[in-house]
Amino acid sequence: MSKGAPGLRETAPKKRPQGGFRQAMAWLHTWAGLALGWLLFLIFLTGTAGYFDTEIDRWMQPELPPAQTHLNASNTADLLLRRLATDAPGAERWFLRLPDDRNQPYPGIFWQGASVEAGARAARGSLTLNGETGDMFQARDTGGGQLLYQLHWRLHYLTRTQADVIVGFATLFMLVALISGVIIHKKIFKDFFTFRPRKGQRSWLDAHNVLSVLALPFHLMITYSGLVFMAFSYMPLVVAAHYGFGDDARSQFFAEAFDPPGIEEAANETAPLVALDPLIAKAEKAWGSGRVRNIDIRHPGDRNARILLYESTNTSVSRTAGLMVFDGVSGELLHRVAPELSTSRGVRDLFVGLHEGLFAGPWLRWLYFISGLMGTGMIATGLLLWAVKRRQRAEKATGVENPGLRLVEKLNVGTLVGLPVAIAAYFWANRLLPAGLEARAAWEMHSLFITWAAMLLYGTLRPTKRAWVEQLTVAALAFALLPLLNALTTDRHLGASLSEGDLILAGFDMVMLAMGIAWAAAAWYLHCRWSPVPADQNATRSWVKPFAPARSAK
Amino acid sequence: MGLHGWRLFSLICAALIGGYLLAAAAGTFLAGVLPDFRGGSVMTGTMVSFAVYAGAIIWVFAMRRPAMAWFALVSASLLLATGGVFLGRGGL
Repeated sequence: MSKGAPGLRETAPKKRPQGGFRQAMAWLHTWAGLALGWLLFLIFLTGTAGYFDTEIDRWMQPELPPAQTHLNASNTADLLLRRLATDAPGAERWFLRLPDDRNQPYPGIFWQGASVEAGARAARGSLTLNGETGDMFQARDTGGGQLLYQLHWRLHYLTRTQADVIVGFATLFMLVALISGVIIHKKIFKDFFTFRPRKGQRSWLDAHNVLSVLALPFHLMITYSGLVFMAFSYMPLVVAAHYGFGDDARSQFFAEAFDPPGIEEAANETAPLVALDPLIAKAEKAWGSGRVRNIDIRHPGDRNARILLYESTNTSVSRTAGLMVFDGVSGELLHRVAPELSTSRGVRDLFVGLHEGLFAGPWLRWLYFISGLMGTGMIATGLLLWAVKRRQRAEKATGVENPGLRLVEKLNVGTLVGLPVAIAAYFWANRLLPAGLEARAAWEMHSLFITWAAMLLYGTLRPTKRAWVEQLTVAALAFALLPLLNALTTDRHLGASLSEGDLILAGFDMVMLAMGIAWAAAAWYLHCRWSPVPADQNATRSWVKPFAPARSAK
Repeated sequence: MGLHGWRLFSLICAALIGGYLLAAAAGTFLAGVLPDFRGGSVMTGTMVSFAVYAGAIIWVFAMRRPAMAWFALVSASLLLATGGVFLGRGGL
């Protein structure tokens, strides 16, 4: 086959035959998918893990008690308020998080613009607190499930701007690959039920089609909502055209579009903050008991203080629910805002809500997780298909090694298996790094990237087929042994968590075990398929031969 | 006859850069003509712009003529952006 990117066929100026269009779309699908495929694999995989972010948090801090969602809202609010008064005096904003469901399992506080001279811990900060005692939890330092899922849009080591540009383009390429994929797909319904196993390229194509078509609504939703989520970073020009360039103009837009009503500038006259209890009682009367999720206090202790009570969002798909704005001195209810401020805001919140899936209960959460895995599998099979197809062609041609194909094959084994192994290494690091280690949480994430790099390197040093079987074996061990590691390093082993009915810790262990078994099955399957058989049979069956060095071909 | 080298590069740039310009311009135009309040219209325009971007990329690769793609995308962007800003100001 020819080296480099095959050319794109140009249509005659006037005539555009149907075949030409479909061919062009196939070219676009192939190259848009390949260009950022491995990055998209990372985005989908870590994003999918994010649907169980707080569950992973819990496993990574086994010292923590089960979720404290049973606490009384008024008592918790008083506890948090006392903590803010000592830790963040003189702040412009106090934010209280009340535990209401899996998304917010423990109480927490957050503050901005506090006065360090008056004794604040820092100008801004956030803390998770034990709702029983009001103290901080004594637990190991970890990035948890939060840092793992943030990887899918922050890319960890990059600045916000760099990550935005890269992830923005990856998401756009995903959207283009989805649209062009639907266009080139002739038998979208029939292929639903078509799977031809053990047929090399055919099987990969069928798998790619099934994974893509079955969860197509999810793929389209998650991709477009990803763009909408970051819309004003990716597409700042629309705001600039109507508000002007610069930070002030941008702030004006955000204030007009997003600020709740009734917020005032600080008057710089002190006035005592009203008690929260009657406000919470009023909100709970309207929304139901235990349904106040967040309390946002602007300018606490000022005459113009405002207290905003946010309703829990777990009964609506949209990201926003009810909101009440109170005068922070008199306690008067100033505004009661319905979930939808405007149609545009409603649409945006719906997209963002669908993307985050915070509303999802256990069953729907699993469906999210499985759809995310199908998206990850769609990307993986697409990348494999690219390589398998060209490997078959290259084998028909006379022994000329294509460096591009080799690179893709190495990146495939080093990422499609290497990255999951690296995520397992993130969990291993959480249990094995010493508790007192400086920057422990950062080292957990370094472990992930060091492992990924090691797996990529390993893939390049071994014959491709061997690398697949060996790395799959590593993956099987890395996941399946996690429950054992957990049992050896903590007292929260599977038996204990099962007998206590602690479904989150037990669930994590069991899912890791199940994944280990799945990796082992894949390793065993490939091992049997590729194990040494008489040489003549092997030649016809294999799709990836051990590579002959390029120079020997000349 | 295939599209290679500089012409292919030009086509890809037209899709990515020209497509972005068209998307931003279409968003600006939409934000200028929608009856919502200014912040809301701008939000809708921005959200819709990504669909325009994807559509523009598909169109460029369906047509496969770099010079034509650049010309059409840039001139349509200029028209839409100017119109959008003008109508947006008029509405204030």
